[in-house]
Amino acid sequence: MTIAGGAYIALIFVLVLGGAIPLGLYIARILQGEVRFLAPVEHGVYAVCGVDPAREMRWQDYVVALLLLSVIHLVLLYAILRLQEYLPFNPQHIGPMSPRLAFNTAASFTTNTNWQSYAPEAQISNGAQMFGLAVHMFISAAAGIAVAGAVMRAFTSSGLQTLGNFYVDLTRITLYLLLPFTIVAALLLVWSGSPQTFAPFATAHTIFGSVQKIAVGPVALQEAIKEFGTNGGGFFNANSAHPFENPTIWTNILENWLLLVIGFALPVAFGRMVGRPRQGYALYGAMAIILIAGCIGAYAAESHANPLHVAAGISAAPGNMEGKEVRFGIAASTTFNVSATGTSTGAVNSFTDSYMPLAGAVPLFMMELGEVTPGGVGSGFYTIIVFALLSVFVAGLMVGRTPEYLGKKVQAREIKLAMLSVLILTVFILVGGGFSLITTSGLASLANAGPHGLSEMLYAWTSATENNGSAMAGISADTPLLDYGLGTAMLFGRFAFMIPVIAIAGSLAAKPKLPDSSGTFPTDGALFVALLIGVIIILGGLQFLPAMTLGPLAEHFALFAGKTY
Amino acid sequence: MIRELRPALSLVVFFTIAMGFFLPAVFTEVAQVIFPFQARGSLITQNGQVVGSAVIGQNFTGPDWFVARPSSLTGTDAKGAAVATPYDASESGASNLAPSSAALLAAVKQRVAAWHNTYGQRPVPADAATSSGSGLDPDISLANARAQAPVVAAARHLPADRVVALVNTMAYLPALGFIGMPNVNVLRLNLALAQMKAGTNSVSSK
Repeated sequence: MTIAGGAYIALIFVLVLGGAIPLGLYIARILQGEVRFLAPVEHGVYAVCGVDPAREMRWQDYVVALLLLSVIHLVLLYAILRLQEYLPFNPQHIGPMSPRLAFNTAASFTTNTNWQSYAPEAQISNGAQMFGLAVHMFISAAAGIAVAGAVMRAFTSSGLQTLGNFYVDLTRITLYLLLPFTIVAALLLVWSGSPQTFAPFATAHTIFGSVQKIAVGPVALQEAIKEFGTNGGGFFNANSAHPFENPTIWTNILENWLLLVIGFALPVAFGRMVGRPRQGYALYGAMAIILIAGCIGAYAAESHANPLHVAAGISAAPGNMEGKEVRFGIAASTTFNVSATGTSTGAVNSFTDSYMPLAGAVPLFMMELGEVTPGGVGSGFYTIIVFALLSVFVAGLMVGRTPEYLGKKVQAREIKLAMLSVLILTVFILVGGGFSLITTSGLASLANAGPHGLSEMLYAWTSATENNGSAMAGISADTPLLDYGLGTAMLFGRFAFMIPVIAIAGSLAAKPKLPDSSGTFPTDGALFVALLIGVIIILGGLQFLPAMTLGPLAEHFALFAGKTY
Repeated sequence: MIRELRPALSLVVFFTIAMGFFLPAVFTEVAQVIFPFQARGSLITQNGQVVGSAVIGQNFTGPDWFVARPSSLTGTDAKGAAVATPYDASESGASNLAPSSAALLAAVKQRVAAWHNTYGQRPVPADAATSSGSGLDPDISLANARAQAPVVAAARHLPADRVVALVNTMAYLPALGFIGMPNVNVLRLNLALAQMKAGTNSVSSK
């Protein structure tokens, strides 16, 4: 570890945590309908699409609207991927995706996961990226934030049956939040060297007498929404390690900021909407503490070079450079990958498969915590609300009192739904991963032998179920088992979690808002933050400890004892 | 359910047209006007011919060039067998070999031996013996470039101090001391190097 590396991590967090505050206040105004600068466009959209903006939805209507829109969009993407050779903007004449890969990819982008079992340069056209994938990057992000908004309203209302209007939330978030930031960020990316063109691959005749084909495309715009909407689906196979996606250390800072900032802004927006800012900052603080600890831990582990490689004669400074880019170095690489797994982004600017065992365990652990640090846009917020409800429940058990959160009584129904949503994820990760490792097909997918192979498979199922999308990328995931298995895990991980959460929101919205009494457990102080972090780590993380012991921990001890596989 | 069909379907169609066609079309036009060089891929031309992209690495090898990092990209030959295709920018990716991988250790040992052979017995800069994340890394560390400079100078019959000075002129040094790593863009460095051979005295020919 160097002082420069520490300073870089500090810089990222100052920019993100500072920027999240004004952005959160702005998001609260969007959700409350106070941002109007594109009102004519907004009303035009409603008129054309048959949306009645005044209509308030019950939680059941909200779920139906969300599911229907997602299913329609999933089918459309499947069709685009299967038919891309007949569609425009395909200068490389790329053929159709196979049915199972198209299913996996459609599920992946509908659920904001952006898991990529395909190699973009060879298997997807510019057009399918642009009007297939990139549109999902906007809509799945906006849908996540819309659900977060519905959950926020459950705590602002008292005795109400409704949670707002899904279509209105979706449209406003897209127009006022995602679109302007994406356009500005994309222009900065082009300025720094990210291409934006519809031309076919360029051909260079090098000065040492060879020919180099260079893949280009409309990269910058997709890159910007990829980070800002915590999507993560790279235009290129190498994702944000590719010099066209992330050309300089400055674009790396920008992308790291983009992928974290909404996640931290949403609890601030929540505090503003319930009129109690400290409540929002308690959640923001818990998220930040876990993420900062993860970034420091991964950097510390990764800045020690591989002892076997040092013994073979390479310099110990600056650390493990396998799978990393020189323009980023160690600190900027680990901070990016931990940020992208603490959110559901899953973008990478360096390759986790080649990380030192304990450094690679950090991104895996961040996902296992349930994507709350700060999690995906919207999904991170509503997931941490589930953990907050479980925290007040645990505190309530200690003193034998009915728990309350923000004046709403938390009762058996809410706790059952909260536990259901948490357990669904665990089942997919452990059962899916375990099953894959006893099949010949699953074992054949692994790129590395020994304990690291187990880490690869555990990582794949965790990433899919938690809707992250990053990978220990050596794994060959385009097989029937993993295409269908992980695709299903993504759909359940998204919707089987989201629907119980909306049901909790509906149930809480209908309850009367009680004033705080002397017996109320304060949920805006250090004690609550500590309890919340404890619940996240024990409930989210501990169930994976046996698997983590067999994977990264076993590899760490084997490696430092000089063993290779 | 039926009630939600019209708005859900219409919004999907509307957003696909607006964000999938209209937005990228307009944005691409604007980007091409404001930043024509970068938007097309930062393609460098010499005598009317594209010689590479300023941000994409190339497979420079041999003692008379500054050598790029190892690239783990592979393709298939005419018979369908896997072959190494370093710096083939129509693809991208990393080795994805684990730290405990025997194959990675063997590759590192081989690169170390080759390095010692060309540049002398000393600890090998980490970036010279490990493959990059993209397989297209345009840069090498400043330490790596400085270690190569005397050998490159000797191979080209240039004074060593001029080649070292060229490296220093073209180096990126971390802003504020901590933003980024000290590095050099290999293609730009080698383009400048080729001009030096032509007899110009200037080292600042970027």
